[in-house]
Amino acid sequence: MTTTDPSTTAREPQGKRRLGDLLFAGSAKGSGILILLILAGVAAFLIGQSFDSLSANTANFFTTKEWDANTRDAPAFGVAALAFGTVLAAATALVIATPIAVGIALFIVYYAPRRLASILGYVVDLLAAIPSVVYGLWGIGWLVKQLGPFYTSLEQYLGWIPMFAGPVSTTGRTMLSASIVLAVMILPIITAMSRDVFQQVPQAHREASLALGATRWEMIRMAVIPFGRPGIIGGAMLGLGRALGETMAVAMILSPQLVISWMVLQSGNQTIAAHIALQYPEATGYGVSALISAGLVLFAITLVVNMGARFIVARRKEFA
Amino acid sequence: MAKRIDVSGLHVFYGDFKAVEDVSMTIEPRSVTAFIGSSGCGKSTFLRTLNRMHEVTPGARVQGKVMLDDQDVYGPDVDPVAVRREIGMVFQRPNPFPTMSIYDNVIAGAKLNNQRMPKAKADDLVERSLRGANLWEEVKDRLTRPGAGLSGGQQQRLCIARAIAVEPAVLLMDEPCSALDPISTLAIEDLIAKLKENYTIVIVTHNMQQAARVSDVTAFFNLAGTGKPGRLIEMGETNKIFTKPEKKETENYITGRFG
Amino acid sequence: MTTTTKGSATEMPGDGPPPSQKSLLTGSLPRYAAPALLAATAALAAGVLLAFGALGIAQFAVFTVIAYAVVISIASRVVENRRQATDRLVTTIVYACFGLAMVPLVSLLWTVLSEGLARLDLYFLTVSMNGVTPSMDAGGVYHAIVGTIAITGLAAVISIPIGLLTSIYLVEYGQGRLKQAITFFVDVMTGIPSIVAGLFVVALWMMIFGPGKTNGAAGAIALSVLMIPVVVRSCEEMLRLVPNELREASYALGVPKWLTVVKVVLPTAIAGITTGVMLALARVIGETAPLILTAGSSAVAINWNLFNGQMMSLPVFIYSQVRMGGAINYERAWAAALALIVVVMLLFFLARLVSRFFAPNLSR
Repeated sequence: MTTTDPSTTAREPQGKRRLGDLLFAGSAKGSGILILLILAGVAAFLIGQSFDSLSANTANFFTTKEWDANTRDAPAFGVAALAFGTVLAAATALVIATPIAVGIALFIVYYAPRRLASILGYVVDLLAAIPSVVYGLWGIGWLVKQLGPFYTSLEQYLGWIPMFAGPVSTTGRTMLSASIVLAVMILPIITAMSRDVFQQVPQAHREASLALGATRWEMIRMAVIPFGRPGIIGGAMLGLGRALGETMAVAMILSPQLVISWMVLQSGNQTIAAHIALQYPEATGYGVSALISAGLVLFAITLVVNMGARFIVARRKEFA
Repeated sequence: MAKRIDVSGLHVFYGDFKAVEDVSMTIEPRSVTAFIGSSGCGKSTFLRTLNRMHEVTPGARVQGKVMLDDQDVYGPDVDPVAVRREIGMVFQRPNPFPTMSIYDNVIAGAKLNNQRMPKAKADDLVERSLRGANLWEEVKDRLTRPGAGLSGGQQQRLCIARAIAVEPAVLLMDEPCSALDPISTLAIEDLIAKLKENYTIVIVTHNMQQAARVSDVTAFFNLAGTGKPGRLIEMGETNKIFTKPEKKETENYITGRFG
Repeated sequence: MTTTTKGSATEMPGDGPPPSQKSLLTGSLPRYAAPALLAATAALAAGVLLAFGALGIAQFAVFTVIAYAVVISIASRVVENRRQATDRLVTTIVYACFGLAMVPLVSLLWTVLSEGLARLDLYFLTVSMNGVTPSMDAGGVYHAIVGTIAITGLAAVISIPIGLLTSIYLVEYGQGRLKQAITFFVDVMTGIPSIVAGLFVVALWMMIFGPGKTNGAAGAIALSVLMIPVVVRSCEEMLRLVPNELREASYALGVPKWLTVVKVVLPTAIAGITTGVMLALARVIGETAPLILTAGSSAVAINWNLFNGQMMSLPVFIYSQVRMGGAINYERAWAAALALIVVVMLLFFLARLVSRFFAPNLSR
């Protein structure tokens, strides 16, 4: 290596260097653009393929409950019952999971000894990594049998609430069972988000309330919850997005019926995702195209929920 | 080896904001030039324009002329990468590459550019550079250990060894001692005195005693006012700047600091 | 001023003002109160339930927790004060939440392990279902393992370069509108339900090859749609952790930008990137819904060809066995689930080990 004169000797590697930079930057940018194209493709292909059946549909797509699409003449189908079931299942799961998830997050951050807390962090991540089909198998192969007696007593004591009205399904393959499994699946998501915000609560806020003689719970109520609320809401909405799109747990557990029913202890209802998975192998005629239309509706619902979640989380980041 | 830097009418902008205004100066080869001035007066920004490192910051641009001997650093066909090989830089915080050994850190300039070098030549370069940076005796038995395992002062000398292994003509140092303890600082200052025999050295420092100790020439930068760009107020022999400055501003700054 | 004596939990660092001797002596439950009361209520619960002949683990746990919550609140209210009583009640609830969350995890792992071990042996792992009727006591998952390896392998080959390059673009090169658009749409993509990713490929394949064409490549593309955003996110996070000083050090040595990225930034972040990629793999390897739509759910024979014919995979195998519904099918499903969980956990722990032992120390 000798001292080089940039204007003469640096010429040769210069061209090569520019090419490397150009190629590398170009392929990085190209990959980014490719992602945009893929997403545009997802939207375009789904819309394109759904058009086929929607134009042939003889019923109103948004208000019809029945699904009569596996035919070439006069198909009549709609997503009313499916959309209702999707939202009901996800919302029930959310109601069950959120308080427990917040409790676990509080436990990990403020109650558990430090060593145990870090192990619990792993366990939560591990729960998130278990495949949904295994949750489904666990739900149908183990959980529904345990839930039978619980449902009977729920109906016995709380049957006067319309939601818990009988007769209780004997198989346990009900909306509530599916929602409980969904709740277990979204628990780690909400827990992880809540834990992250709780850990970010400024020490000064916590010490300020403790210095006023607050108990641990008062400290949490005064300093932690107000600070962490957007994070909890954001996490809950991300969990909701996941529950809305989850297929396997519902497809394996619920014994479906295309009705609109609030009775979570009876069999019935169905979600969009599970309906697609179950119907697809047997779809003929306009069937596949009709299922794609249902998929579009699911895509739209999850999109709105996820956007809302991102918006709330991003707002929190601005203030933090 | 050492070269002269000639700056004329240089302005630096960040987007629409003018950070440094109209600087002209000549930096002599085989000398140490110190830049002093209060924080935010543009001295570090100006330093980075000498080897086009400011181009790494999005939105930063330059107007004016910087000559390295007879070559225009901002000439139309000049590759900034080639400029940086000619004008090396040492940063405020020591930043050895954490994935590399001490040995590999020293020859990083060649290694990262995919230049092949015979083993004997590489060994020789490593020893020469580490000796040049007064570090050889301390690390010669652990060259394969990670560079991040050294003390802060040793890391900074490793970074200097890394910079001189590329064999530049000029070494720019951006507050090289501000993250170090007094003993390590002393080691670096001794090293600077030795390096100036072969290189043109420009050092930004907040420590005026340091400027007085190590430099031959001192340049004082100051802001024209809050929100206004930084300017070169006065430049001259260090002795003169610290004892008989021509400008009132310089005197205020220096006496204010010395109490 | 009040002070607490918590028998059941550790004190937080910097917890409150220093206790004064006086308040310690007045109005505070002794340290042993909480465990003693818990033991007492547990005994009470067991007794009551035994008397009614309804002793089960679930009933026992629920009864004990509720009884303990009531007793400790009343005791604290009487001896201490209302605020302490609320605090103790909340502590009980938080601990109960944690206990409740452990139930599904423990029971899931336990059932999969105990039910799955019965059938998971070398035979099960090395034969396919070719020529096995659904109710026959034979057959295995070899064809599903082959499919899972082939499909996720291809998905990884597609997703990792695209995801990594995109994250490099976002961190090192991107600016302006295009960067914002990509960041936004990667977020959107993370939220795509997996079944919709499957439908996308169904629609795509219908356009290109006509209806009813299923093969492994279709499944791999569907999985890529799910995997790419995860890879982008985790790689982006890791690249941002690389200190800017290292990039500057490299530039200052006269190294061009692309070599700086390839030889300085990527090696520094490689452990984190590997971890992120492995976690993304662990996520898609268990995906079921998109594969049912794209790679089919009825393959029984070994098929290494991604471009011809249906391809079974472990998750779809579990699902299709459950759909058949017989006892033998459930046995197969449990065994396959155990195999799948082992694979996922191996990936998970390997990923943690990589990030733990190979990450360079960036803290100074």
